[in-house]
Amino acid sequence: MRIFRILIAKPGLDGHDRGAKVVAHALRDAGFEVIYTGLRQTPEQIVRTAVQEDVDLIGLSILSGAHLQLSKKVIELLKKEGIEDVPVFVGGIIPQDDVPQLLQVGVKKVFGPGTPLSEIVQEVKSILQEGVTKTGGA
Amino acid sequence: MEHKTLAKLITQIENNPEVAPQILQQFPEHQSKVIGFTGSPGVGKSSLIDRVIRYIRTRDLSVAVVAIDPSSPFTRGAFLGDRIRMREHFVDDNVFIRSMASRGALGGLCDAIFDVVKLLEVSGFDYVLVETVGIGQSEIEISHLVDVTVLVLSPGFGDEVQMLKAGVMEIADLYVVNKSDLPESDTVYSQLLAFLALAGKSEQQLCKASTHANNGVREVVEKIERLWESFYADGTIERRRKRRTRYHAEHIVRKIVEQAMNTVQENATNPYEFVKLALSRLCENHLRGGQGGGI
Amino acid sequence: MYDKEFLRNLSEKAKTWEEQLQAELRKFPERSEKFSTRSGIEIKRVYTPLDLEVMDYLKDLGMPGEYPFTRGVQRTMYRGRFWTMRQYAGFGTAEETNNRFKYLLQQGQTGLSVAFDLPTQMGYDSDHPLAQGEVGRVGVAVDSLRDLEILFDGIPLKDVSTSMTINSTAVILLAMYAVTAQKQGAEISELRGTIQNDVLKEYIARGTYIFPPQPSMRIITDIFEFCSKNMPKWNTISISGYHIREAGADAVQELAFTFCDGIAYVEAAIKSGLDPNVFGKQLSFFFAAHNNFLEEIAKFRAARRIWAKIMKERFKVTNPEALKLRFHTQTGGSTLTAQQPLNNIVRVALQALSAVLGGTQSLHTNSFDEALGLPTEESVQVALRTQQIIAYESGVADTVDPLAGSFAIESLTNEIEQKVWEYIEKIDSLGGMVRAIETGYVQKEIHNSAYEQQVAVEKKEQIVVGVNAFQTKQEHQMKNILKVDPSVEERQITTVRKLKVERDNNAVRGTLKDLKEAAKDGKNIVPYVFDAVRAYATLGEISDTLREVFGEYTESMIL
Repeated sequence: MRIFRILIAKPGLDGHDRGAKVVAHALRDAGFEVIYTGLRQTPEQIVRTAVQEDVDLIGLSILSGAHLQLSKKVIELLKKEGIEDVPVFVGGIIPQDDVPQLLQVGVKKVFGPGTPLSEIVQEVKSILQEGVTKTGGA
Repeated sequence: MEHKTLAKLITQIENNPEVAPQILQQFPEHQSKVIGFTGSPGVGKSSLIDRVIRYIRTRDLSVAVVAIDPSSPFTRGAFLGDRIRMREHFVDDNVFIRSMASRGALGGLCDAIFDVVKLLEVSGFDYVLVETVGIGQSEIEISHLVDVTVLVLSPGFGDEVQMLKAGVMEIADLYVVNKSDLPESDTVYSQLLAFLALAGKSEQQLCKASTHANNGVREVVEKIERLWESFYADGTIERRRKRRTRYHAEHIVRKIVEQAMNTVQENATNPYEFVKLALSRLCENHLRGGQGGGI
Repeated sequence: MYDKEFLRNLSEKAKTWEEQLQAELRKFPERSEKFSTRSGIEIKRVYTPLDLEVMDYLKDLGMPGEYPFTRGVQRTMYRGRFWTMRQYAGFGTAEETNNRFKYLLQQGQTGLSVAFDLPTQMGYDSDHPLAQGEVGRVGVAVDSLRDLEILFDGIPLKDVSTSMTINSTAVILLAMYAVTAQKQGAEISELRGTIQNDVLKEYIARGTYIFPPQPSMRIITDIFEFCSKNMPKWNTISISGYHIREAGADAVQELAFTFCDGIAYVEAAIKSGLDPNVFGKQLSFFFAAHNNFLEEIAKFRAARRIWAKIMKERFKVTNPEALKLRFHTQTGGSTLTAQQPLNNIVRVALQALSAVLGGTQSLHTNSFDEALGLPTEESVQVALRTQQIIAYESGVADTVDPLAGSFAIESLTNEIEQKVWEYIEKIDSLGGMVRAIETGYVQKEIHNSAYEQQVAVEKKEQIVVGVNAFQTKQEHQMKNILKVDPSVEERQITTVRKLKVERDNNAVRGTLKDLKEAAKDGKNIVPYVFDAVRAYATLGEISDTLREVFGEYTESMIL
C-alpha cells in the first residue's frame, strides 16, 4: 500500500506553531509521512521542499493574518515548478470573508480555528484518495 | 537531472523497490562520496550536516542529503523534521535534500534506501550524505550503506554510556565531538581518546566541532575526505561496496522470505512444518515470477 | 493548623460520612468516576481541615505583603489601588495606534500596552522581503525612532506606565522609548514600564527568537545592568508563562517552565556580577488565566510562594522587595472560540475574576472576537468594562485574598506547588533550562500536553461549550471585524526608505560600527544601541549588526 507524504509548512513570520505541530502529530498517527519545515519559511523554500520531497499534499499554517498574500505566492510558485496538481490546505485564524478569495487563488480547503483533527485527517484522506483514483493509482 | 524528476523517481523506488533496476540502468555509472552520519537524537547531526553542506558548497561541489527518521511500527506514519536545520540550502540548485521514513522493521533501514542512494550517485552528485537517528539498528546498518561512517557525539546525551555499548562505537570511521563550546565536551573527548587507543584506532579519527560557533567544520570535512581517499586507495571502498551489495541482497531475501511466511496458514502445528510450507510457497512464487518475488 | 484532638474527631466523622455515602452513590452515581484538572491534579469530592493537616499558617501563608507572599505582595492589595487595567493594543501605523492609546486613556485605562508587528519583533524593517504581508498586522510597525515619536505623540511618558511586548529586539525598543521620553524632556530614571524581554520562552513557545540562547542571555543581562543603574523604575523583564500556556502547557507546566526560565536569568545575571537583591526588584512575571477557575486561583497563589522561596533559598536574597513575585495576567487567548463568540465574554469574565482573586498586579482581558481577527472598538470596550465590573461592582476587591483558608483552594495551592518543584528538579537534572531547551525536552513536554488536550476535546472528555457540545446550527455571524488596511505596508515602506535618505548616514554608520565592536568585545551594548537609535539607525540595521556578531538560531524539532 502506498504511503502518502504531506508537507506541513509555516510561511510568514508568526511563531505560533502549536496548531501546525498538533496537526502534524495527528497526521503521523493517521499513518502519513509528515515533513515539517519549521517556522518562517519563505514561499520559495516551501515550494522547493515540496518538489524535493515529492509530497502529495501541502498544509500551510498561518496565524498572522498574512494568509492571502502567502497562499497566493505559494500557489504561483507551484505552477512555476509544474507541480500545481499538489493540493494546498490552509489552516489558522482565517476570517470567513477571506475563505472565498483563498479558494479562488487555488487553495483546496480552508480550516478555521477549532476544526477537529478528525475532520482534517478525514479531508486529507479523501482528497488524496480522489487523486489516486483520478491518476489510476500511482 | 531536474530535482522534480529525481524526486519522483525516488518516490517510485520507495513505493516499489522492484522498479529500481529499470530506473537505475537508464543512467551512466557514477560514484559519489557516500558519507553516513549517525548519533543519538539531539547531538546536533542535522546542524553539523548543514555546516558540512555549506563548506562543501564553497568549493562548488554538489550534495545530496538523505535524512532518515523512524516510521511508527503501528501506524507506519512518520514525522520527518531534519530539514529544518538545512533551510538555507533549500533554494540552492546544487543541493538536494530528501527526508525518508525508515519503513523498516525495528528501527532498521528499508531496502529502498540502498537504491535511493544508488540513484543519487548516478544522478551525478559529488557527495551523498546519509543521516540516521542512532536508535535501534539503523546506526549499525548505516555502515553497510555508506563509504565512510561518522559518529556524532556530544556531552550530556548519555553518550558516555552509549560508548560502552558494544557494536555502536566500532562501526565508525570518524568520531566528531559536537558542541565543543560546552565545557563538558572535554570529558567526552578524553573518554573517546581512551576508547580509540583501546580499539586500536588512530587519534586522527577524532575531531571536535561546534556548529554554534561554526568551529571545526572544515576539519571534519577534510578528515572525511582524507579517509575517503585512503579507503579508496587501499581498496576499502571497493570492499565496502561489495559488502553493501551483499547486505542489500540480504534485505531483499529477508523480505521475500517474510512474504512467503505470511502466506502460510497460522495453524501449522510445528515450526518444521511451517518452514516446509513457507519454502514451498516461496519456490512456487518465485518460479511463477509472481508477486513479492523481488528482483 | 488544627489541634490533634480535633483532627482525630474529624477523621472519624469523615469516615462515617464516606461509608454512609457509598449507598447513596450506588443509587446516584457521580457525573464521573474521577475529577481532575488538566495538570493531572485529582479533585476530591470534598476538602476538609484534614487536607491542611501539615499546613502552618504563618510559614505557608503569612500576612499579605509578607513572606512567602502567598496572600499577596502588598499589605492592602486592591483596597489601596485596583490592579492596572492594561489592554494590549497596536496595529497598523504609529498614528493609528496613537489614536487608540488616546482613546483607551480617555476610557479610564491606566497603563499602556504596546503590541508590535512581526517584522518589528523579528528585527526586520518594513521593506525587508520577509516582512511582506506582515507589516502592521499583529501590532504596530516600528522601523526607527521616528515611529516611536509618533506613537507617543501627545502622551507624556513620564506620567504613564508602558508595557511593551517585545523580546529579541527589546533592547532596541527600550532605547527608542527612552530616547523619545528624553526628547519630551523627561529623565529616563523616572520612566515606568516593562519590556517583555523573555527570550527563553521564545525558543519554547512563541517563536520570535533571532540569536542563539547564549548571546540572547548576554543581551538580557546587559539590559539588567543598564537599567539597575539608569532606569530603576523600569521592569527589565516580564518572565512569561502566558505563551507557554497558550502553546499547550497545563497550569503546572506554565509555572514550572516560567520559573526555570527565571532561574536561568537570575543565574546569568549573578554570573555577570549583578546583585539579585537589586535586580530582583525589577523582575516581573506574566501569566495566563484559563478556564479552571479554582485551579487558576490556586496557581497564582502558589506562584508567589514558589518564587519567594526560589529567591530566598536558592539565591540567598534578603531584600524583601526582591522576593515578591509581581505579575501581569492575560486571559487565555486559546480558550476563545470562533463558534458562538459572545460566549467568550463570559469565559473572559471568569478568567479575569480568577486573576483578581489570585492577586494580579495588572490585567488584560481579551476581546470576545479575537479568535476571528483583530478586535473591534466595541469588543475592546466590553473587555475593559469586564474588568471595571469586577473592580467596582463585585466587591471581591474589598478584602485581601478573600479565598484564603478555603480547604479546597489551599489544598490545590499546595498540590500545585509540589508538582512545580518536581518539574524544577527535573530541569535542574537536565543541566538547567538553556540545556533543556536545546535538547528539545521542554518543547516536547508542551507539545504532548497540547496534543493530549486536543484529543480530549475531540473525544469529548473535555467539554467546550459551543464547540463540542451545545452547538447551534445558526452560527453567530461576526460583523465589523477590524481589518488592517493593506496600504499601511506601502506607507510604512515609503517612510522608512525616505528616512534612510534624509538622515545623517555618516552618523548611522559610525554608531553601528561602534555597536558591532562593543558586541564583539563583550561590552554592555545598551548605550551603543541608544546612540544608534538616536542617529535614526533602523531596527533592521541594528538587528543585522547584532546578527553579524551573534549569528541566528534554528529551532530543534522534536515531536
